[in-house]
Amino acid sequence: MNIVVCIKQVPETTEVKINPETNTLIREGVSSIINPFDMYAIEEAVRLKEKYSGKTTVITMGPPQADDALREALSLGIDEAIHLTDRAFAGSDTWATSLVLAKAIEKIKDVDMVLCGKQASDGDTAQVGPGIATHLGWPQATYVRKIDEVDFDNNSVVCERLLEEGYEVLKLSFPCLITVVKEINEPRMPSLRGKMRAKKQNIPAWGIKELGLKDEDAGLSGSPTQVVKIFSPPPRRMGMIIEGTPPEAVDKLFSELKKHLT
Amino acid sequence: MKEKGIKVIKEKCVGCGACIKACPFGAVTLESKIAVIDLDKCTLCGACKEACPFGAIVIYKPQGVKTDVSGYKNVWVFIEREEQKIASVSFELLGKARVLAGDLKSKVVAVFLGSDIKKDTQELIYKGADEVILVEKKELGHFIAENYANTIVRLIQKYKPEIVLAGATTTGRSLVSRIAVKIRTGLTADCTGLDIDKEKKLLIQTRPAFGGNIMAQIITPNYRPQMATVRHKVMKELPPDKNREGKVIEEVLDGKIIDDRIEFVKFIKEESYKVNLADADIIVSGGRGLGEPKNFSLIRELAAALDAAVGASRAAVDAGWIPYSHQVGQTGRTVAPKIYIACGISGQIQHLVGMQSSKIIVAINKDPDAPIFKIANYGIVGDLFKVIPLLVEKLKSK
Repeated sequence: MNIVVCIKQVPETTEVKINPETNTLIREGVSSIINPFDMYAIEEAVRLKEKYSGKTTVITMGPPQADDALREALSLGIDEAIHLTDRAFAGSDTWATSLVLAKAIEKIKDVDMVLCGKQASDGDTAQVGPGIATHLGWPQATYVRKIDEVDFDNNSVVCERLLEEGYEVLKLSFPCLITVVKEINEPRMPSLRGKMRAKKQNIPAWGIKELGLKDEDAGLSGSPTQVVKIFSPPPRRMGMIIEGTPPEAVDKLFSELKKHLT
Repeated sequence: MKEKGIKVIKEKCVGCGACIKACPFGAVTLESKIAVIDLDKCTLCGACKEACPFGAIVIYKPQGVKTDVSGYKNVWVFIEREEQKIASVSFELLGKARVLAGDLKSKVVAVFLGSDIKKDTQELIYKGADEVILVEKKELGHFIAENYANTIVRLIQKYKPEIVLAGATTTGRSLVSRIAVKIRTGLTADCTGLDIDKEKKLLIQTRPAFGGNIMAQIITPNYRPQMATVRHKVMKELPPDKNREGKVIEEVLDGKIIDDRIEFVKFIKEESYKVNLADADIIVSGGRGLGEPKNFSLIRELAAALDAAVGASRAAVDAGWIPYSHQVGQTGRTVAPKIYIACGISGQIQHLVGMQSSKIIVAINKDPDAPIFKIANYGIVGDLFKVIPLLVEKLKSK
C-alpha cells in the first residue's frame, strides 16, 4: 500500500503564555511542532504499512524550517519525505494549499491513500483535506477515528467517522483521502535508529515548477480569499471570584446563573 | 530570486517594535532599529502592516485572475439535517442570511437535500427563507459529502448565488470544502461575524485563528459565490413567522450526481448521555480534579440538572475516565455554549482555546492560582466534591 501523509508545521502553543494584562498570547521564542492531529496521521500510516507493507511518504508545504517537521516524521517511521517549498507558495489560502499538495501527490504517483490530521491547530479550518481529495477527484472520509479493514480484493477500506452525535461507518474505494482524529491511535516515540536515519536522509525539495504549476496558481495570487485585516479580539475580562463557605458560594453562583438561564 | 510581496519602508520605520508583537509567526526582528522581516517565516498575513502606526510596512498583493462576478445574486443557506430533523445551525444561518440579503436587496434561499423532506420546507420559510430549492432523491437520504457536493455544484452553476453559507459542523466542513474547490471560489471557515460592505457589495468574513487569540477579516473579491461556514450558536435564529410566504422550487437533476466509490454502511448513535457539544446551550466539563473515574458521575448529575452536555479536559480523557468524543480543547472539540462550567479543570492553554469563546464561564477549582479563573466570569475557589452536590440540590429544588 502506497500512503502519503500531509503534515503542517505549526507554532507550539504549549510554550505560549498568556499576557495577563492583555490576555493575548506571548509569542516570543515560540518553537514549531508538527500539527498535533498530523501526529496521528503519521502513526496510522506507519501502522498500516507495518500491517500491509508498502511505502509511506510524508509531504509538507512550508518554508525551509519545515524541514524539521519532515525529519521528525521520518524518525517516527515514515520512509520518505518531500518538501514543497517555494516563495511562490507564501500566502496560500486553503484552496491554493490543497492544489499544491494535490499536485505533489499526483507527481508521487500510484498513491492508494492520503492521510491528514482533521485540521491544523493554527488555522483550524479542516478545509485542506477535503480540498486535496477534490482536486484529485478522490472520495474522502473526514474525522476518522478507526480504519477497520483494508480489502485489497475489492480495493476498498472501511472506516469509522466521529460525528457530533455518534459515529458513522463508511466504505471507500481506493485511491481515497482520510482525515483522522486523536482517538484513532496513540503515536509512538521516535526510535534512536529512526532519529539517526532521519538526520541523514535526503529530502528532495519541489518548487512550483517541479509541480507543473505557474506562479499565479499558488500563493496570494492563486488564493480566492484575501485577508484584509488582522486584529486582537477584545480581551476577556476577569470576572468575580465568589467568596464564602461552599453553601454561601453556591447560593451566590445560583442567583448569578439564574440570570443567564432562560 | 523573486521577492516576496512584503517590504519595510526604512525611512518610515522608527523601530517601535509594534510589528514584532503583532507577528504570529515570529518573523520580524529589529536590526539597527529597523524592522526586518524573515521571508522564510513570513506568510504575508498582514498582522504587522495592520499594527504599524507609521505605515512603514507594505504588502504587494498581486492581482489575481479577475473573473466576472456580476450576475450572481441571493444568499444561500445549506440546510443540514441531523437524523430526521433540521439542525439548529441551519435556522441560525437563515436568520443571519435575512440580514445579509436585506443589505444586498436580494433573497434568502434555503438549499435542502434529502429523501422525503418536503414536509419540512414550510418551517424553513417561516424561519427566514424566501425560496427553498428542494432536491429529493432516495440516494440523498443519508449525507455523503461527494453526492451532496455534486448536487450543490450543479445548483450553483445553474442559479449563481452571491453567497453560500453552511454550518461549521462535521457535515458542513466536509461538504463545502469540496464545493469551493470544484467551483473555484473562496471559502472561509468558522466565521464569527458576517457583514456586507455595502459600497463594494462584498461579504466581510470575520474569523478567529490560533484558537481565538487572533481575529482575521477575510474577503473573496474576485470569485463567486462567497462561501463561509459558521459555528453553532454564533448567529441568532428568527422566531417562526407563520405569515411568511415563500416559493418551493423542486429540482430534478439529470445525470450522475451519486458517487459509487463511497458507501454508507451504518450510523451508531452514542446513547449513553448527551454528547453533542457543538449544539449544547450549557456544557459541564470535568478534569483531573475529579481524582478518579467514578467521580465523573458528579459531572453527569450536574449536567442532568441543567440539561447540559458533558465535556472533559484532555487529562480526564487520557486517563480513560470518559470517551474522547467529550474532549474539549485543542485536540478535541471547540465549543462556544452560553454557559460553560469547568469543574476541577486547571485551564491549560490547550483547554482554553477550545472553550474561551463561551458566553459565560464558571470555574470550580480548589487551586486559587488555576489559570481557568483568569477567564472565568464566576469562580468558586473550593472543593468541587462539596460545591457540586450543593449546586445540584439547589437546581433540583428550583
